Parts: sequence; C-alpha cells; structure tokens
Amino acid sequence: MSQTDANIVLHVADVHKNFGGLHALSDIDLQIEEGKTHAIIGPNGAGKSTLLNVIIGRLAPSRGAVVFDGKVLTGKKPHEINQMGVVRVFQTPEIFPELSVLQNVMAPAFAKRDGAFKANIFMPLDAEKAIRQEAEDILNDVGLFERRQSHAGALSRGDKRRMELAMCLIQHPKLLLLDEPTAGMSRHDTNTTIALLQKIKASGMTKVIIEHDMHVVFSLADRISVLAGGRIIAEGEPDAVRGDPRVQEAYLGGTYEPGEAH
Amino acid sequence: MNATAKTLFSMSRRDLITLVIFALVVLAMPIWLSPLGAAYPGLMQKFAIYAIFALGFNILFGLTGYLSFGHAAFLGVGSYTAVWSFKLLSMDVIPAIIFAVILSGIFAVAIGYLSLRRTGIYFSILTLAFAQMSYNLAYSVLTPITNGETSLQLSLRDPRVLDLAFGPREPGLPSASLFGHTFSGLEAFYFCAVVLLLAFFIAQKIFSSPFGMMLRAIKSNQTRMNYAGFNTRSYAMTAFVISGMYAGLAGALLAITDPLAGAERMQWTASGEVVLMTILGGVGTLIGPVIGAWLIKYFENIFSAFNDTALTHFFGFVPDGLREVVVAISSKFVGEGWQLTLGLLFVLVVMFLPGGIMEGVRRIRGLFGSGRTPQTGAVSRPQAAE
Repeated sequence: MSQTDANIVLHVADVHKNFGGLHALSDIDLQIEEGKTHAIIGPNGAGKSTLLNVIIGRLAPSRGAVVFDGKVLTGKKPHEINQMGVVRVFQTPEIFPELSVLQNVMAPAFAKRDGAFKANIFMPLDAEKAIRQEAEDILNDVGLFERRQSHAGALSRGDKRRMELAMCLIQHPKLLLLDEPTAGMSRHDTNTTIALLQKIKASGMTKVIIEHDMHVVFSLADRISVLAGGRIIAEGEPDAVRGDPRVQEAYLGGTYEPGEAH
Repeated sequence: MNATAKTLFSMSRRDLITLVIFALVVLAMPIWLSPLGAAYPGLMQKFAIYAIFALGFNILFGLTGYLSFGHAAFLGVGSYTAVWSFKLLSMDVIPAIIFAVILSGIFAVAIGYLSLRRTGIYFSILTLAFAQMSYNLAYSVLTPITNGETSLQLSLRDPRVLDLAFGPREPGLPSASLFGHTFSGLEAFYFCAVVLLLAFFIAQKIFSSPFGMMLRAIKSNQTRMNYAGFNTRSYAMTAFVISGMYAGLAGALLAITDPLAGAERMQWTASGEVVLMTILGGVGTLIGPVIGAWLIKYFENIFSAFNDTALTHFFGFVPDGLREVVVAISSKFVGEGWQLTLGLLFVLVVMFLPGGIMEGVRRIRGLFGSGRTPQTGAVSRPQAAE
C-alpha cells in the first residue's frame, strides 16, 4: 500500500480470530481510505461476517486490533463505537418493528444529537421539528416517505432494509458498514439501492461493503479485498481483482462477465 | 426561564384532553362509585394509590419491556420511610412523601444496578429475589427498623421533633396532616387524588417525550438501540428508578391514609398484583394500568364482602328452591372466593384480549368509530412542509 497514513480511516491491523480450533480469520490487514467504498467479497464461510463483527466490536479478535480514526475500537461497547461515527447496516434488518417508520428513523438522530444517554422527558417528541424534518427528507431519499406512518414491522423485507439504511444515514456516519445490503431484494430494489449508495458515495462517506452480488460490488467499489478461508488472498482495484486468476479460482469459479446477474 | 417553563408544561391537545377527562373521573369518584357501592374514603384512597403504583410500574414494564417481580419492595420502603418521618419529624405528609420517594429511589438504584445486568426472565427472577430478601430482612434482622411482625406504627412516645417544637403534645395518637391541617372525611382521598393527577401528568410527559420513544425502542429491539449509539443500560436504569420512585410514592400514601407499615406489603404476592393490574388493563397504554388497578381493588374489597344474604337479596327475582341453588353456586365466586372470579376474568382477558381492557376499548371504538383509529390519531399531524 502506498497511501499516506493521513488518508487511512480504518486500519484492521494483523487481526486473528479463532473459535476453538477453527481459524476464522488469520493475518487480516486492511487499510481503508477515507471517502472510498471498499468491498469485501469471498465465498460462503470465508469469514466476511466475522470480520465485520470484529470491526463493529461484536466479537473480540483473538489477536490484533482495529483502529478507527486513530483510536482503537477493540474492546469498546457497540454504542461507544457508534458514537465515534461507525455505523452498521445488518444482514437481517435490525429495526424497531413496533414503532412507526418515521420513529425508526428519528430515534438514531437523537443519539447523534444528544449522545448515548439523555433523559429528555419534558420536551415533547412532536416539538422536535428539526429531527422530524431530517428524517422525512431521508425517507424521501430512500423512497419510503409515503409509508412513514406505517408500523415498521409491516414493511416488506426490502423496505425494511431501505429503512435501516435510512436509520444509519441520518447519523451521517464517518464509516458505514454494510452487510449484504441488497440480499433478498428484487432486481428493481437492488438497482434503487445501488443508485442510493452511489449518491451517498458522492458525499464522501467511507463505506465497507460485504456483498455476494457481483453486480453490486462492481457498481460501487473503489477497491476490493477478496477473503477466502479466513485470509485475504487478493486486494486491489476492481479491474485488477476481476482479472486475478487466484480470485477466479477461489471465488468467482471462472471468468466473470460484467452485468451478470447473481 | 419562561421558555423552559413553557416546554415543561407543553402538551399536545390530545394529551391535555385526556388529562382533563382523567381529572374529572378521579375527582368525581365519590359520585360515580356510589352506585357501585365503593364510595368509601378508605377504598377510594386505595384506588388512587394503587393507580400510582401501576402507572409507575408500567413505565418499566409497559414501555421498556422489563418485567419486574419485585416492585412491592419499593412500596414497602416508601411506607416504612413515611412512618419513620411521622415518628421522628412531623405528621406533615410533605416531608414523609419526599423522604419516601428519595429513599425508594436509592433502593431502586441499588437493586436496578444489579438486576439490569440481565434481561428477560433472569431479570424478573433477580428482582423477585431482591424483593423477597427485603421482605425477609424486614421480618428478621431489620426488626429494630421495621418492628417485624407487629408492623411499624406510631406511638405516644414518638419524638416528632418538628411538631413538638411548634406546639404541645396532644393527647392520643396523632394523624397525618398537611401544613398543620389534619385530614378528615374525604380530604385524605382528595389529597391522594391530586397526587395521582400529578403522577399521571408526569407519565403522560414521559410517554410523549423522546425519552419515552427510546424506552419503547429498547423494548422493541435493544440490539439496534446499542448499535444506534444509545447506552441502553442507562435508559433502562432511569426507567427502573422512576418506577421505583412511583412505588415509593404509593407506599408513602398508604402510610398517610393509615400510619402503619408492615413487611407483608413487600411480599411477592403484592409484586405480582401490580403485574396483574398492568396486564389486565393493557400493557404499555397510559390508562390501562390505572383501570386494572381499580378493577382489582374493587374486586378485592367489594366482591370479597358479598355473603349469602347479599346474594339471596340480589337473586330475589329467582323463584324459591332454584334461588338456593343459584346462591350456592354463585357464592363460590364471591366472598372468600373473589379471587376465583378475578382469576377467570384474567384468563378471559389474556385469551381474548391480549392487549388488556384497553384493547377491548380500541376494538369497540373500531366498530363504532368513524375512521378515527388510534393509529392515525397518534401520528396524523399536519406538516408545514407538505
């Protein structure tokens, strides 16, 4: 890697993760540049989700550390990591099914504005006009404005994922981690989501995407790391990775044609 | 300052109407309870007091989703504190209430700190264990403070330093007073009713605040709350302490209407009762727990007093011969068997109205309603931007 350290937002430094005798991750060293979209791809069981869980603090690495913005994330609680500006979209949407769509999107905005805890009892929710306005704008961006008063639990799976994305975007994260953001979506919804993610890419937010769908990866990624058997076997620009014979052998299972549906 | 005060008391129109109607219902209790045979001052005080207990419990259970089986401990702490305030300081109710709320809050911090390390059933078991511990301690080693089985009560030799600094010791046991005025007749009830209205107002503010939404969100998905940057432990702890203080307030009011505090107030059956009240009325609704509390206290006090003579009188229209059979059967459900009726009612509500009585109200409103369903009511506010 030739970038200067000033541009590196996230550094996964020499991370190992063992589950008993199983080496889920070995020698992982990743440097993610500010404002870039970095995709992590790999076959099932390659350790992609484990890596994401280590980054977000859900799993403690057996060795090594994760450094974000010059601060070690390892050992921090989920809410502390979020408060530092690292926000995650889950593979299965983690939402508040009993609340309205609008409330789902408004809630994280309070964590951004008021910090991890504030017993704000006497200011009515209805009086929080600025947060409500922002939530409505973002719902408009993800195409859920019309459904803002619905119960979130009643949304389709694809809509839930888009709402979860809105819940993350309202916090204006420095680093957004996306775990298969289009899994289970129709072709149309996938394209909408890609367009949306391309739009926020323009805003300079750093993103790490874990994804199966090659169409999504090659539409969005500035850089790709290929994970197989818990190791990074290749890393580089999309075109370089696509042409790498080791990658084709380990993951793509042959030559990959752009535009191929997964 | 003025702006702060404005936010402090600002409410949506809907909440304000609810508060006004609720105030009318509570203050008119002596009128509408009279045909139901329940307009006794002592019973109406209990209606107000247990409504406060259930309101507070619902902030923890209904909003935040933590089912405590030990809230009677805070009720007991409130009662003991109030009686000690009467004995040592003054018969005035204000210091008694303040001390009771503070001390039960401190107890809630301690028990909440330990119990909130777990969720779900483990949290419930921990709260139950701490409450039973408090109950047994009150009966045994803490006898110097609680007076054990005899219950803590006033005595002629109490120091009452504040009262006696301002006037001579009157003969006989004193009773609770407010700014030197001793309660008589319905006054103690109206005092409890005003405290209930205040407690209801605060609960309304919590329900409609961002804090209330955070508590609902914790109940809905605690993982997401953590990953959205919220310290959910602090939120749950605050809800726990608020509900503990509500219970302490209720305990103090129990001591005000009858200056006596016994350990049985802390027993697990008392903790279970408030769970029943909340579920019966409607978990997570504002009014539901209050209705649940009233219903259970009504059954406990009125149904339990029915005897065969009253039943024979009630079934006077049934022909002789058959009447004895009807009375014999129905007598199993009243008097000492009142809990059987309550149990059946509870089973029916849980089976057919899982959302409690308030769900029944919603369904009836849905049948007759001209389109104004509660869902749209909660969220349909005209937007300037649209």
